[in-house]
Amino acid sequence: MAVNEIDVKYVAYLARIALTPAEEEKLGAQLGQVLGYIEKLKELDVTGIEPTAHAVPLVNVSRPDVIRPSLSHSEAMRNAPAQANGLFMVPKIVE
Amino acid sequence: MLNRLTLTEVSAQLAQRKVSAREVMQACLDQIHRVDPKIHAFLSVNPEDALAQAEAADKARQPDATATHRPLLGVPIAIKDVLAVKNQPLSCGSKILGRYVSPYDATVIEKLKAAGAVVFGRLNMDEFAMGSSTENSAFIATRNPWDASRIPGGSSGGSAAAVVADECIASLGSDTGGSVRQPAALCGCVGLKPTYGRVSRYGLVAFASSLDQIGPLGKTVKDAALVLEAISGYDVRDATSIQQDVPAYAQTLNGDIKGLKLGLPKEYFVGGIDPEVNQAVRVAIQQLEKLGAELVEISLPHTDYAIATYYIIATAEASANLARFDGIRYGQRVAGADPIALYCQTRGAGFGPEVKRRILLGTYVLSSGYHDAYYLRAQKVRTLIRQDFLKAFEQVDLMVTPTMPTPAFKIGEKVDDPLQMYLSDIFTISCNLAGICGLSLPCGFSQNPKLPIGLQLLGKPLGEGILLNAAQAYEQSTAWHREKPVLG
Repeated sequence: MAVNEIDVKYVAYLARIALTPAEEEKLGAQLGQVLGYIEKLKELDVTGIEPTAHAVPLVNVSRPDVIRPSLSHSEAMRNAPAQANGLFMVPKIVE
Repeated sequence: MLNRLTLTEVSAQLAQRKVSAREVMQACLDQIHRVDPKIHAFLSVNPEDALAQAEAADKARQPDATATHRPLLGVPIAIKDVLAVKNQPLSCGSKILGRYVSPYDATVIEKLKAAGAVVFGRLNMDEFAMGSSTENSAFIATRNPWDASRIPGGSSGGSAAAVVADECIASLGSDTGGSVRQPAALCGCVGLKPTYGRVSRYGLVAFASSLDQIGPLGKTVKDAALVLEAISGYDVRDATSIQQDVPAYAQTLNGDIKGLKLGLPKEYFVGGIDPEVNQAVRVAIQQLEKLGAELVEISLPHTDYAIATYYIIATAEASANLARFDGIRYGQRVAGADPIALYCQTRGAGFGPEVKRRILLGTYVLSSGYHDAYYLRAQKVRTLIRQDFLKAFEQVDLMVTPTMPTPAFKIGEKVDDPLQMYLSDIFTISCNLAGICGLSLPCGFSQNPKLPIGLQLLGKPLGEGILLNAAQAYEQSTAWHREKPVLG
């Protein structure tokens, strides 16, 4: 597979996004183009460079392990697309 | 015409009781009624709630209070649809959130309310803040108040258009790669991206967590300073917020920039800039020099790699952050035989094309076998980009650049060419990668058609005070900020 061609079906499955065949074709071509552009990072020598995850260096931010007020049960359920008995309804998981 | 006033002016008139907060709010609502069917800055407005807040602000005003006591008391501030406001809808410009209603206030909203502001409206945006034109909204394309056939910039296009069209006094946006500064430049107002960590992100729907910051948009530099002051500060609910006192930004503005060292990054003044933008920025730089600033040519050698770095890091973080929109706990759900099918169908139907593109790209660069080649490499290049800025800031106090390479383009012009759209972010994204602060303010107009041009100033980490002061010095020595579009 060429560097700027991606297996759109496989990546879409990893991302849990259903695509139509037309979308697969269009997005695949556009992503290939963007990836081709991104390849330019390979021009740089990054040996010995530390990666930056955050622009502000922070180490182990913690807080006391105490209970704080949070959303009530009904507030947390308020936007549920399907609920019953105060629980989120989901499709059957276990046979 | 109270809606046409600046925040500073409204605040003073409210303090002197020349006007009531209710009258100011009503003036904004009238303007929305008049012009928003054409501009489409707002996705929704709740007039009853806004007027009730304004009346409460009028009652809360103490007889002896001055504008400096509570500068935001009774001031209508409109909110980008990416920030949680309790009991108001939140859609992030997307269909996937369905009829979601926020159960809590974002920290910035709590702070604005505590400062007395009337927090109202849901401002249009590119879906999940992904875009540079606000055309990626799942609902409608916001129009540029200067020319309704053109984009307002993005992703906070609604936030900028509403300020410029005088539909609110100031607004909040969010900036991940330029999404506050860019629409501010293209619509002609002031937009500020604070230093990463200056403002709490709690209650901001996450796009790319290591880059996102909430920022104010206003009619003047002082207005932006007043809003920034209100929303800044450490927050225990955002572990990345910085524990550092908030200076009185607005009060310390004195317009004196004598001896200020102003860096011109040579990599930002190369080809590809529209001649009128180039000319306006050059003249603005001369003006800053006249005001006493000392110009220094500097170099940011890794500039050419910033867009590639950004589109790896931002999409990787987005692919993880947007995994939560799965149709289980909130938002729209499309049925599926099993949970995986439900996720796939829900996300396939709920996300628009740009969000899909970015999630797919982010998933790809993080996937097994590609992580080191793309994501880890981009994080290392991010280090180089950040070092460029920190090194340059040893020589200068601020940097000055164009905000955008061109004035606002036509609606539809770049919508099917994502790479071209990404390249328009060239001058704004490094600021987010480096975590520094930046601001855009008006510095002129193109001639035919007349469209705003933005000047970008970039400051050191937590250097908002110097940034605002230089911006104020420039603004007050020119008349650009007083220009208003003719709104049919």
